[in-house]
Amino acid sequence: MAATVIVIGAGPAGVRAAEALVEAGLRPVVIDEGRRDGGQIYRRQPEGFTRTYDALYGTEAERARALHEAFDALRPNIDYVPDTLVWNVAPNSVHMVSGTRHRELGFDALIVCSGATDRLMPVPGWHHAGTYSLGGAQVALKSQGCAIGSRVVMMGTGPLLYLVAAQYVKAGATVSAVLDTSTFAQRLRALPQLLAIPSTLKKGIALMKVLKDARVPVHRGITPVEIRGTPEHGVQGVRVKLADGAMLEVECDAVALGYHLRSETQLADLAGCEFRFDQALQQWLPVADEDGRSNVKGVYLAGDGARVRGADAAERAGRLAALAAMKDIGMISNEDEANKLRIQLGRFTRFAAGLRAAFPWPARFAATLPDETIVCRCEAISAGELRRVVNDMGAKEANRAKAFSRVGMGRCQGRFCAHAGAEVIAAEARVPLEAVGRLRGQAPVKPLPMALAPHQDMETSE
Amino acid sequence: MSGRFVRVAEKGRRTFEIVIDGRRALAAAGDTLMVALLTSQQDLRDSEFGDGRRAGFCVMGACQDCWVWTEDGERVRACTTPAVEGMSIVTRLSQAGEGVWPRL
Repeated sequence: MAATVIVIGAGPAGVRAAEALVEAGLRPVVIDEGRRDGGQIYRRQPEGFTRTYDALYGTEAERARALHEAFDALRPNIDYVPDTLVWNVAPNSVHMVSGTRHRELGFDALIVCSGATDRLMPVPGWHHAGTYSLGGAQVALKSQGCAIGSRVVMMGTGPLLYLVAAQYVKAGATVSAVLDTSTFAQRLRALPQLLAIPSTLKKGIALMKVLKDARVPVHRGITPVEIRGTPEHGVQGVRVKLADGAMLEVECDAVALGYHLRSETQLADLAGCEFRFDQALQQWLPVADEDGRSNVKGVYLAGDGARVRGADAAERAGRLAALAAMKDIGMISNEDEANKLRIQLGRFTRFAAGLRAAFPWPARFAATLPDETIVCRCEAISAGELRRVVNDMGAKEANRAKAFSRVGMGRCQGRFCAHAGAEVIAAEARVPLEAVGRLRGQAPVKPLPMALAPHQDMETSE
Repeated sequence: MSGRFVRVAEKGRRTFEIVIDGRRALAAAGDTLMVALLTSQQDLRDSEFGDGRRAGFCVMGACQDCWVWTEDGERVRACTTPAVEGMSIVTRLSQAGEGVWPRL
């Protein structure tokens, strides 16, 4: 009997992994949370929407089209399970749920392509209605044809800051300002590494031109002070300190906020993968070799969910992980192709390091967040409360501080507060971030409906 | 009441009615519930912790800050749930059935 290979995620990594498996004669199961394939970056608009690939994906139109067409061609040869959450990974099986229907499925190999979400640093007022993640602002436009407000401020740092701002401008939305915490000097210093992928660097520069031509005010080296608003009416403006020390206030009714991306690593955690603190990223990541093999037999990690290197790298990493999985289950492997993919991925790794240097995570903001700033949006827990458990209860470790303060215990399960929360703890306890540790993953990785029905009526589609 | 989200594309779609807190509103075919709610009003739920109204955050099913209720008490995540003709949605904590939400 042929091996059962499960691919989680139908974004760039998952689709290319499935493609390599199908080429080798396997029939993988592709489980995806989305209703349609493409992941977040190449998210498909709903049926019946009419925007062209150029309008939707800009410079990435051809890549998006190629990925969608590749997936469409795979459909007869895979078991595609869309709109389904994998909520737990047990030894050699996954637990999934679609609506209220539950099912467990065994595997010989599991390729986890779980993608990334925005990395957030709190700012006073970010709980007001009208603050969205940058990725969320992009999804609203791409997938639903909506801007998140009538006057939008984009704030934070990272390539997405400029990409989403330019996409909003092109779509006719009003971008009131782009406020970047990183500086032009940081960008210049990162240039040698960014030259690892000149075409992407060039696209980044083109985005700046779109903003300039549209006369969108762009400020670099800013320090966020406050998202101004009220509990009843939401966001009304943004206040920042400019690089020269002057205060700037911008009126707006929506803010898109984000500091690059963070890997979604919960499933790797539940699968039992070992995690290591990455000094360059200042993040805990599952350990994997360059082909995506984790330390757990049969479990492979690919794409931004393993390490944020962008969509082009994810396509290659997905394919490479599939080759590794097939090699390990005793199928003939294509070493020539694997070697080529490894060399290409090396360039993306250098480029990703350049992006980190150009748009650094502003860890220093955590120490100076006013006590009343909400860190945990789910349960409205403040920086002051988190500092109190560090000082009064000696909770200098992430899980202990979570138990006392509940930061990280809410419905997002720490996705949007864990990193910044750990920075607040580290600053208050005067220890390195690594010493704070990381929040252990918990199943279910997202809340489940309270009543679950057994699996028999949950079908896979052809 | 004006909406928070602004439609900038795909404006020619068929529209249909939904009900938000007892008030009629228009949604368009293909809208998520989040878009249907936020194109006709400013927010979609109350924070259970007293810090005011919320209007979602991540828009990709990760933050769970867009949960609303259907009139019969079912909890749905607005950003990943399609809007359907005739849906009746409750966005006010005080109107949601007791026990539907975990009260801490």
